[in-house]
Amino acid sequence: MVEALAVYRRLIGAGVRSQFQFRTSFVLFSIGQFLITFVDFLAVLVVFSHVHQLAGWTVWQVVFIYGLSGIAFRLADVFVSEVEYLPDHVKGGTFDHFLIRPRGTLLQLCAEEFELRRFGTVLEGFIIFGIACSRVGVHWSAGRVAVTAYSALAGAAIFGSVWVIGAALNFWLLDAREVVNSFTYGGNFLTQYPLPIYGVVLRRVLAFVVPLAFVSFFPALYVLGKRDPFTSLGVIRFLSPLVAAGTLVVARLAWRAGVRHYRSTGT
Amino acid sequence: MTGALIELEDVTKSFTVARRVGRVRRRFEQVRAVDHVSFDIQQGTMVGYIGPNGAGKSTTIKMLTGILVPTSGRVRVSGLDPSRRRVELARRIGVVFGQRTQLWWDLPLRDSFDLLRSIYRVPLARHRENLSAFTELLDMGPFLHVAVRQLSLGQRMRGELTAALLHDPEILYLDEPTIGLDVVSKAQVREFLAALNRDRGTTVLLTTHDLSDIERLCRRILIIDLGHVIYDGDLPTILQRFGDERTLVVDLEEPALPIEVPGAVVDRVDGPRQWLRFRRSEVSASELVAMVAERARLVDLAIEETDIEDVVRRIYLTGRS
Repeated sequence: MVEALAVYRRLIGAGVRSQFQFRTSFVLFSIGQFLITFVDFLAVLVVFSHVHQLAGWTVWQVVFIYGLSGIAFRLADVFVSEVEYLPDHVKGGTFDHFLIRPRGTLLQLCAEEFELRRFGTVLEGFIIFGIACSRVGVHWSAGRVAVTAYSALAGAAIFGSVWVIGAALNFWLLDAREVVNSFTYGGNFLTQYPLPIYGVVLRRVLAFVVPLAFVSFFPALYVLGKRDPFTSLGVIRFLSPLVAAGTLVVARLAWRAGVRHYRSTGT
Repeated sequence: MTGALIELEDVTKSFTVARRVGRVRRRFEQVRAVDHVSFDIQQGTMVGYIGPNGAGKSTTIKMLTGILVPTSGRVRVSGLDPSRRRVELARRIGVVFGQRTQLWWDLPLRDSFDLLRSIYRVPLARHRENLSAFTELLDMGPFLHVAVRQLSLGQRMRGELTAALLHDPEILYLDEPTIGLDVVSKAQVREFLAALNRDRGTTVLLTTHDLSDIERLCRRILIIDLGHVIYDGDLPTILQRFGDERTLVVDLEEPALPIEVPGAVVDRVDGPRQWLRFRRSEVSASELVAMVAERARLVDLAIEETDIEDVVRRIYLTGRS
C-alpha cells in the first residue's frame, strides 16, 4: 500500500512535469478554471439578492453547504475524475499498457491523467468555505470542527466513488461519458443547495440511491444546528463516513467487474 | 521445470460481434478470433508468429500477457495462468507494441525508464547496470535526454525495447517491432534481439509482416490464419516450398501472347503487361530477364517478392490439391 502510493506519487510527478512543458496553456487553463468556479459562486449570491432565505436557510448557511460540497467535489475532481478518460484508453488500446504492468489499473489511470491545474479550484473552494464558516454564526466546538472535516473527506470519497462507478460503466457501454457527467458535475450542483428545495423524488434519490445528500446537507444540519425537515432520526447527520465506506466498496466492485468484462471481451 | 515456458492447449477466444440487420436491428454473432490453438514454446527460443491481418496474432499475444481471458482452453506462461495472475506475470514479461508507445510522450526518455523502475520495483543497482548496457548496445546516449515526442521512429523503438527489458523479463513479446523503420534501424533492432536471446537467454515471440525479420531471427515459425495454426515448423522448409517464388512483371512494347520461357509460368496478362512466376532455386532473375528479352521487346520490368499473404495463400492451395 505504502509502496503503491510512492509509485502513484512518482507517476503524478511525471504528469506534472509534462504539463509544465506547456506553461502558457497551463496558466491560461488555471485562470479559466478559477473564473468558472467564481462565476458559479456568484450565482448563489444572485439568488439571495432576490430572497433572504431559501427553504429556511440564510445566505451564509447556503454558502456553507456550497463550500463544503465544493471542497469534497474538487478533491475528488483532482484525484479521481481522471477516470473519465477511460473510454479514450479503451478505444486507443492504451488500457492494455496498464494491464501489462504489475500495478492496479485504477491507480495507473488516475495518475496518468492527473492535472495539477485543477488544484487552483480546491484552493478557491477552501477560501469560499472559510468565509462561510466565519459568517454562519455558530460556535466552533471540537465536535463541529470534527464533523466538518470528516464530512469533507467522506464527501470526496462519495464523489470519487460515483466517478469510478460511472467510468466502470464505460467498459460495457463504450462511451457513457455524458450520463456519468450528469451524476458527477450535476451531482455537485445539486449538493450546493439545501435538500428541501427539491421535489420528493429527487430528494429520495439523493438520500438513498446516489447518496450525495451525505456530502454536505446532512452534516450541515448538525454543524449549523438546524432541524431535519424530513426525519427525526438524528443519527443520519453523522453517517457520512459509513456511507462513504459503502460507496467505496461498490466502486471497487464495479471497477473490478468492468476490468473483468474488458478482459473477456477485448472491447 | 521440465515443461515448456509457454504452453497453449486447445485455446479458443471468441468475441461477440454486432452486425446490423436492416436499419436498427442488430444481430449478435460469435466470432472465433483464435480457434482451438495448441503450441509450446521452449525457454530460450525465438519464435516468429505470423499471419495476415486479423488472423488472431494479437489476440493470442493478449492472452499470453493476461490482457484477455481465453474463452476456453488452457494457457500457461512461466507456469502461471496469465489471466488469473496478471500482476505476478507482468514482472516476468516484457511487451513491445510496435504501433503504440508505452513511454511518457512529453518527458525525456530517461524519465520513462526511471518511472518504469519504480513501477516494476527494480533495485537501483540492477537498473543502472541494465540501462548502461542497453544504452551502449542500442546507441541511445545521444538522445536519452530528449523528449520522447521529439525522437525519430527508430530512436523511439530502441527506447521501447529498453523499456520492455529493464526489469529483466524471461519472455519478450514483440508486436510488429520493425514496422515503419528504415533499413539501418531494422538491422539494428534485429541485431539487438539476436544478442538478447544469445546473451541473456530471453525467450522471444515476435509477430511481424516482414519475412526478413523472421529470416534473420527465428528458426521456428508459427503461421496462423483465421484463428488456426496452419504451419508450425522451421523457416527454410516453408520458404523452399512457397517462399522462394517470385514474380517478374514485364511491360512489353505491344500486347503479345503469354511468353514461354523455361522455369517460369505466366500467371496473368493485362495488355502489354505480363506476370511471370518463377522459383529462385530454378532460375535466376537475370537469366529470366535475358530469356524474356530474346523473345519480346521490353519497356520496363519489376520483381515482386513473396509476402506472407502469398505464403499463406499457397499453403491453402497445396493443402487442397
